[in-house]
Amino acid sequence: MARVLLFGRLADQAGWREREVAADSLAALRACIANDDAELAEALAGPGVQVAVDKALVRGEASLAAAAEVAFLPPMSGG
Amino acid sequence: MISLTEAPFEPGALLTAFCAGRDETGAVASFVGLARAEGGQASILELEAYPGFTESAIAAFAKDAAARFELQDWRIVHRVGKIAPGEAVVFVATASRHRRAALEACDFLMDWLKSRAPFWKKEHGPDGARWIEPTAQDRTDAQRWD
Repeated sequence: MARVLLFGRLADQAGWREREVAADSLAALRACIANDDAELAEALAGPGVQVAVDKALVRGEASLAAAAEVAFLPPMSGG
Repeated sequence: MISLTEAPFEPGALLTAFCAGRDETGAVASFVGLARAEGGQASILELEAYPGFTESAIAAFAKDAAARFELQDWRIVHRVGKIAPGEAVVFVATASRHRRAALEACDFLMDWLKSRAPFWKKEHGPDGARWIEPTAQDRTDAQRWD
């Protein structure tokens, strides 16, 4: 299971901020989310959205260890 | 050191603590950012951070800044959560042997914090809430140092 975290407008759109998803790769995780909420999956793949696995930014595909934390980060606004 | 806090903080107390015991420093520069009311358009500012990730990103950037400007020390305190107009949002202090480095490093840190730090900002006003992206001016300010 991966722990998925959403931030900013992505969390507002989804209606949740944190959820457990059974997936062993980012692609599987995106597919799982798309099954449930296609518009959210599209937003998660949208321009400027970065992905962090266990608090480190990743680009493209990544495999997910058990209990990985996957965060979807919309464009950062600064403080 | 970087701290995120949901509770309001007192900038003067932070500055006093930062200045204490510095007989080889010479210069401390500081900046305090306050939440603006925008003529009633912004009743509450809400800042979201990614705990752990946000502090690491800020600390990594500040360490680079410390090397670039030859700082002896730095301190950043940033609010998260809901912030009322007039409350302090951010405190930055830098310590150096000479004033120019301290002042420039403080400016440099603020430009980055305002435009690129991992926060997500929401403004709650009379017409509801909206997410804020960095302004063109914030981006231009940050690019001065690239």
